Amino acid sequence: MTKSLLALSDLHVTFSTRRGLVEAVRGVTLSLGEGEMLGLVGESGSGKSVTGFAITRLLDAAGRITAGDIRFRGQDITRISAGDFRHLHGAAMAMIFQNPRAALNPIRAVGDQIADAITAHKRMPRDEARAQALGLLRAVQIRDPEKRMAAYPHELSGGMCQRVMIAMAISCNPALLIADEPTTGLDVTTQKVVMDLLTGIAAERGMATILITHDLGLAARYCRRVVVMEQGRLVEEAEPKTLFRAPQHPYTRRLVAASPTASSRIADLVPEEERGRHAAMHVALKPQPAPGTPPLLEVQKLTKRFDQGAAAVANFSMTISTGESVGLVGESGSGKSTTSRIICRLIDPSEGEIAFEGQSIGHIPARDFHRSLFRKDIQIVFQDPNDSLNPRFTAFDCIAHPLLRLGGMRPGDALRQRVEECAQRVGLGIELLTRFPHQLSGGQKARVGIARAIACRPRLLVLDEPTAALDVSVQAVVLQLLDRLRREDDLAFLFVSHDLNVVRMMCDRTIVLQNGHIVEQGESRAMFDNPKTAYTRELVEAVPHIEPKLAATAS
Amino acid sequence: MTSATLRHAGWILRGNPLTAVAAAGVFLLALIAIFGPWIVPYDPIVSNVSQALMPPSAAHIAGTDQLGRDVFSRLIVAARLDLAIAVSAVGISFAIGAVIGAICGYAGGRLDRGVGRFVDVVMAFPLFVLAMAMVAALGNRVENIVIATAIINLPFYIRFARAEVNVRRNVGWVEAARACGDSHLSVVLRFLLPNVLPAMAVQISLNLGWAILNAAGLSFIGLGVKPPTPEWGIMVAEGARFISTGKWWLVAFPGLALMLTVLCFNLLGDGVRDILDPRMRT
Repeated sequence: MTKSLLALSDLHVTFSTRRGLVEAVRGVTLSLGEGEMLGLVGESGSGKSVTGFAITRLLDAAGRITAGDIRFRGQDITRISAGDFRHLHGAAMAMIFQNPRAALNPIRAVGDQIADAITAHKRMPRDEARAQALGLLRAVQIRDPEKRMAAYPHELSGGMCQRVMIAMAISCNPALLIADEPTTGLDVTTQKVVMDLLTGIAAERGMATILITHDLGLAARYCRRVVVMEQGRLVEEAEPKTLFRAPQHPYTRRLVAASPTASSRIADLVPEEERGRHAAMHVALKPQPAPGTPPLLEVQKLTKRFDQGAAAVANFSMTISTGESVGLVGESGSGKSTTSRIICRLIDPSEGEIAFEGQSIGHIPARDFHRSLFRKDIQIVFQDPNDSLNPRFTAFDCIAHPLLRLGGMRPGDALRQRVEECAQRVGLGIELLTRFPHQLSGGQKARVGIARAIACRPRLLVLDEPTAALDVSVQAVVLQLLDRLRREDDLAFLFVSHDLNVVRMMCDRTIVLQNGHIVEQGESRAMFDNPKTAYTRELVEAVPHIEPKLAATAS
Repeated sequence: MTSATLRHAGWILRGNPLTAVAAAGVFLLALIAIFGPWIVPYDPIVSNVSQALMPPSAAHIAGTDQLGRDVFSRLIVAARLDLAIAVSAVGISFAIGAVIGAICGYAGGRLDRGVGRFVDVVMAFPLFVLAMAMVAALGNRVENIVIATAIINLPFYIRFARAEVNVRRNVGWVEAARACGDSHLSVVLRFLLPNVLPAMAVQISLNLGWAILNAAGLSFIGLGVKPPTPEWGIMVAEGARFISTGKWWLVAFPGLALMLTVLCFNLLGDGVRDILDPRMRT
């Protein structure tokens, strides 16, 4: 093993909150060699980010290291003064944050920001710093670096901003780089490019890197060693290959199972020993509809232009039959959200025809669609459970809302019974119904959102990235729930997602969108196993897989 | 109010004693406004020239004015009128301004631009002068003070509600409400307005103080409330004539009443927002 660069021993971090002291990190011991790349994996609340912040001393005011120490190059840096620590910041260790756009100063050109980072640690003339900044932009492979020096963060894409962040982080050649979810929120293809760049630079400059992520596949693809954290503790440490082939700790086993892979089925998402009750889920194929009946939804030549510029969606046609699940995948800006909202009749198309059970609904303006009889047949589950529930409504109010509006129910015992029945169907405890959204966990909020959408027994459910904001173990449960509801109610799904593994599992057919155009469509498994177009192939290849054989090639 | 709301209010007040003091002050003020006329030691209107211009003493704790009326009694009775003017003026401008602002913020486009420019025009006037002009034109009555104060407050509520609604118009729960069968109008009135209420509570509280000052200011220059009705602004105006002869209590006590009232409303603002926001609860 190489020389030790960083060593944490029995680190404890405690936050003081309104409800007293909360221990976020409870005894983490790990070490990192020079130039090593370590993956720190865990779900939200596992303490992985707090560990990273503790190392770089970026804990917020309420957090304190209560026990243990952090040694950097043999020196205990836990209790050195803020002044001494400032020399370490940037020069010896640097951090890359999750949301690059928020981490960059919006009113300063990126070239100047990088130059600032350089001059913060080394006195040098401004020209020289700017010349170095230009070199760094070149190193992170930004096209036209001379021009980009003067660009402001809002003029750059998310991936470009993250490259600028990387340039800033490596500007003083730190020995240690901590990347906290560096590619969360980026498209898979961008993620691949940014991660390839990051690992390339780290290897070239001999920087040790800690990759903090919730994505096991990502950690497996890029790290030699992966550490799994749960509730502030380190539960397992192994090479990716062994971790995925033979996870030791029950939590790791659950996490590995819950991470969808190219070959997983919905039932596989929970480990075998916990399966049982889902075993009976694989029922026979649904009966085909009688010939001659119109499809549930038929969309023809849909086009949407916003005020100016190119069409967000162009010439989009599709059909969905009763009980069918259709996936809609594409990168950000591909028009998938616009399409789903047009089909949901929340916005109006510029051109094209939408028919529901043979009846045209495309001509009803979105403004009046709430009065349409079809409103309750087409419902939607939103991406972010945090912002899709009214903060002033309790869970009960949220689920009761469509029943009052569309179900023709009045407040009373019947409504209460119906809401409780919906809550039970989505596995939400009845005692949680009196809570406000901020008192619920992400998974619970997702369940409220789903309960609200199915309350009026819709025929078509549009799911707009329903699990994108959830932890994988919660995602696994929510996906199983959705699949069960679909079978019980013979619901049709339009499943919008950027996660190909999820779509492959959930959808019979998939449509691939790029820049508002359909580039490929077909039966999900067949299409992803054997993509016809270059774009689909690129998407498929960018997904970090955690198959043992792929993990083996990574290490 | 549910018991949870009350518990939460208690928690906020314990953690923020200044808000608790301000809340107690406003509560006391409300009691004075309601019961004032029945608890005062002297009649606030009837003059008693033999007792004129007496300094504070045991019998008249705030002294007497040039007609021998008890200043303390007049202060207490005036609270009702001053509060009534402020509360009704702010109530009117809040009710109208919040709805107009919320609709503009949600709809955007031409309506939003039109209303926005109108608001800019109103705000370009010196607002106190505008209020003076309105009271002078409409007639020297209490209702007109209320209307004038409401109109000069209106632009602030429109702007505030517009901005608060505008940042929320694209959040998920607005779309969700549409999918659940709510019309645009219902989304604005039943979803967005209640959500911007906590932020507006601060504005309301600050504005109450400001409206009281405004009403007192109008009376001070002889518009609106007429003597002998007890009102803090008039009391200051009448007392000002005697200040050069050292009769300080005529101005100091009504001035103090005004200052404390405005201070209480200002301090209350932030606390009210914390109490109304369900996200502050655990």
